[in-house]
This record gives sequence, structure tokens and C-alpha cells, in this order.
Amino acid sequence: MAMLSFEKKYRVPGGTLLGGDLFDFWVGPFYVGFFGVTTLFFTVLGTGLIIWGAALGPTWNIWQIDIAPPDISYGLALAPLAKGGLWQIITICAIGAFGSWALREVEICRKLGMGLHVPFAFAVAVFAYVTLEVIRPLLMGAWGNGFPYGIMAHLDWVSNTGYNYLNFEYNPAHMIAVTLFFTTTFALSLHGSLVLAAINPSDGGEVKTAEHEDTFFRDFIGYSIGTLGIHRLGLFLALGAGFFSAMCILISGPFWTAGWPSWWSWWLNMPIWSIH
Amino acid sequence: MPEYQNIFTRVQVRGPLHAGVPVPTGPWEREGQPFYSYLLGQLGNAQVGPFYLGSLGVASLVCGFIAIEIIGLNMWASVHWNIILFIRDLPWLALEPPAPAYGLHLPPLNQGGWWLMAGFFLTASMVLWFLRVHRRSTQLGIGTHTAWAFAAAIWLFLCLGFFRPLLMGAWGEAPPFGIFPHLDWTVAFSLRCGNLYYDPFHMLSIVFLYGSVLLFAMHAGTILATSRFGADKEVEQTVDRGTAAERGALFWRWTMGFNATFESIHRWAWWFAVLTPITGGIGILLTGTVVDNWFLWAVKHGVAPQYAPLYGHITDPALTAQGSK
Repeated sequence: MAMLSFEKKYRVPGGTLLGGDLFDFWVGPFYVGFFGVTTLFFTVLGTGLIIWGAALGPTWNIWQIDIAPPDISYGLALAPLAKGGLWQIITICAIGAFGSWALREVEICRKLGMGLHVPFAFAVAVFAYVTLEVIRPLLMGAWGNGFPYGIMAHLDWVSNTGYNYLNFEYNPAHMIAVTLFFTTTFALSLHGSLVLAAINPSDGGEVKTAEHEDTFFRDFIGYSIGTLGIHRLGLFLALGAGFFSAMCILISGPFWTAGWPSWWSWWLNMPIWSIH
Repeated sequence: MPEYQNIFTRVQVRGPLHAGVPVPTGPWEREGQPFYSYLLGQLGNAQVGPFYLGSLGVASLVCGFIAIEIIGLNMWASVHWNIILFIRDLPWLALEPPAPAYGLHLPPLNQGGWWLMAGFFLTASMVLWFLRVHRRSTQLGIGTHTAWAFAAAIWLFLCLGFFRPLLMGAWGEAPPFGIFPHLDWTVAFSLRCGNLYYDPFHMLSIVFLYGSVLLFAMHAGTILATSRFGADKEVEQTVDRGTAAERGALFWRWTMGFNATFESIHRWAWWFAVLTPITGGIGILLTGTVVDNWFLWAVKHGVAPQYAPLYGHITDPALTAQGSK
């Protein structure tokens, strides 16, 4: 029945947010719940619409399929299905599916007596998606400012949007986001390494514990954040990466329309430089 | 509800400071008197120090200091030793590699020679640091995973600044030292090779980079959410599974039909993090050596999408005589 040896005692009723015990069951390893049903609904509908959009397009080449948002001339209006309307409904389906998935995670957390860190973290990623596809297009006045659904098409969108601001790497929020992405990956490598190193000792002896982990990191850099602290740090870094990614695109267009390199002129124009 | 989320430490316990597992006898001892920091204790361990310097640590720090001195003094010289201009323009200042005409020859110091020397000392510093991490690990009897993860980062650094310039036949292919200048180099490099987004190994590197952030959010979130059951004792939960490990596993099994274990999640983490610079380095090495223009490469292999022309027919100026009609 697709259950782990210890699983049965954890499969208890209750903890649902909506629907009472109506959808409170499992299918194979998956928990269903009311939000499992809505996840499935939005996923099937959205995926079907993507396939429909691909069928309307010129190619079935997986790299080249491109379901674009409406032309800028449609503004914030609804567009005909073949001219961006599909993109609009797919976006609604995506938000419905992501939101349902997060709420289903909340229900699972409540069943298992866990904190809500994972659904909260997922909500930050959803916020970044909503910023790109809804909030920024709303602020810019046209759905056409969203990114298209296509493997290479969305990369082209990132390129073109970046070069609209001359050199996007001068965007201060982009700088913070990239730094957080690299730092999170760096911290993940340190954490993964340390735990594997303790469990798989080089001396072939007994498995080492936090005493050795702390000693290694104090020898290494003078500080060991500890077994609990590293997970707090990792979560903060990862969520910061997602949050500042959302910020860096949100300010591009609605709040800054020039090239990002010239944003830095405030630094050069500060009055303190004239003292020499 | 909020008190169960365990975001910060609410009560800091102050016991005796921990000197650490004894170091094997040698000429070096641990340095510094350890102390408590209240602010650090809010997030993680309150104890700071001691620190093990060692001969490899000294050598690495000296090389790193020399490299930063060379870079900083060259930048300062480039504004005629004006300290205010140095501070004001610091983000724009650079120590540039030799001009392409020098090929792989040794240029005069102020024509890129300093850049070569800074690169040498920075590389030496990192290799010494790798050896130091390796030695600290083996002396404590733990695995050398940290050292090898660092080696993956050194690989990407050397691909950019050493291996690819060697393959291209000129130090001038390497990025400069400098805050904005290395960003300019990155953008110019991508433009010159037809958009690095079409480089499949760049795609893989980005996937592993974003995947690492996703994995850390998933993993850290799971551990914090089950920390009241002792999930932060990961080694103990690995060798003797408790309810924290069981709940964390079931959360993901019920969510997405699959779960890692307390040991395997760290293998996923290690490989995702390590493959980021490994695949990135391969993507750099292929650029300009095997593939000149990633966009044309993608067109040839049916990867680049075709868009309906927005502005009518445009003649490529490069195809007309001297760029004009």
C-alpha cells in the first residue's frame, strides 16, 4: 500500500483547513485533501491549455513551444484565446495550483504536528512568480509585460527585459538577489559537506557528532553556527534570494525606467566628494 | 502559534565554553580565548572561537593578502593615488588582464603583469586553503567533503581565469578584478558569444544554482518545522531514526510522493551545490573554444524559437558593403 514501515501510526484523520473529513484520505503515498483536489483541477486544466496553446502554435519542438501573453495593445483587458487569452487563463490556473499546493502543505503540517516553515517558504517562491506575472504587469498597465510560457521563450524574455535596462547586473536588488543565490548555494555545500563528513568519517572510525562538527568549523573559520542555527541561516538566505529576485524585477519598469548603470550616479553625486 | 516556529533562540543557556576536540600534537595550538556573543546566540551558537591557524592557514592568508594588496594598490594608482577618488570610484575601478595582443606572454607589470601576479597569489591562496580544509578534516577524523566541495568552486574560478584563456591563447580572455568591471565583463562575454542562456551547460549550472536554493529552503524548512522533535540532531537521527526524521520524511512523501532520508538529503544538497560550479566551468570552457556563438548553435540544433517578425524585414548591416547600402 505504498506505506513506509513506520507510516501507519501517522496516518490520522483531522488537521484539514477546508472540507472536514470529506477529502481526508491518501492515494498511494499522496495525501489528497480539499486542496489536493483543487491542485489537480488547476494542474490538469492549465497543462491542457498549455498543450492547446502549443497545438495552435507553429511547432511541437519542446524547446521552441511559446505561449505568449497578449500584445501590449490589449493593456489589462482580456485577450482572445489564441492571442494571449490562453496565457491569461494558464496564469490563473498556475496561481490556483501553487496556492492550493501551499495550503495542502499546511494541512499536512497540521497532521504531522510540524511548523509551517515549508509552506511559508513555498509562498515566497509563489510571491516571486506572482510579482513577475501579475503585480508588475498590473503596475505597467499591460499583461504583455509578463513572461511567456516556453523553455527558450522565457529565457529570451529574461534577456530582452534585462537589456531594456541596459545592464541588469547594475540593478542593486538584482545584485543582492544574485549574492543571496550564490551564498545560499555556498552555505548548502558547507552544510551538506559537514553532515556527510560526520556520518562518513575519514578515519574509518565511529560516526562523529555535533562536538566534532562544531570543533571543525571553529578550527576552520573561528565560528560554528550549530546544528539548529545553520537551518535558520539557510532558510533566511534562500527566502532572501527569492524575495530580492521579486524586488529586482518589480522596481524595473514601475519605479526605474532608465538603464541601471546610471542609477548609481547618486553615489557619484553625493556632496561629500567635493571636500578635497 | 509563533513560539512553535523556532525562528530565534528565546532562552540562551550559558555553560562552560567548549575548547573543542583535542588537536593532534604539533607546533600549532588553537588561537584565541573563546567568548559568547548574545546576537549570534539568537540565531545559532553563542560561542565564538577558538580558531586554528596552522601553517597552511598562515600561508593561505598571506597569499590572499598579497593578492588583495596588488589589486587594491593598482586600483589606487589608477586614480593617481587620490584617496577620495579611490573611495568614490572603487566600485568602477579594475585591475585588467593583459591586452589580447600579449597572447600568453608575460606583459610589463602595468600592462597586465600585476593582473597575472594577483591571479597567481589568489590561486595559491585558494589551493592552500583547500589543503588546510583537507588537513583539518583528516586530523579530526571526519570526511573531507568540505575540501572537495571547495575544490569545485576553485575549478570554476580557474576555468574563467586560467583554463579558458590558455585554450584561447590569450590572458586577455580572462575577467578583470573589480566590482562593476567583472559584471561588465560577464555581460560583454555573454553578448559576444551569442547569449550564454543558449549554452546548455550554463542552463545546467543555473538549474543547480536555483535547485540548491530550493533544496536548502525545503531542507531547512523541514528541519525547523520538526525541530521540537529534535530534528536538528541530524547525525543522531541518521543513525537512529526518531519521530523527527519520520515526520519530515512523511511530510514530503505525502506532499510529492517521494522523500529523502536524513543522510540522503545531504547527498542531494552536496551534489546540487557542487554541480553548480562544475557544470558552469564546463559551459565556460566550451565557449569560444568549441562553440563561437551559442545562438547560432541553438538555431542549428533546432533549439532557438522563431518569432513572428514585429518590424518587417530588416537587412543585417554586416551583409551589406561596408555596413551601408
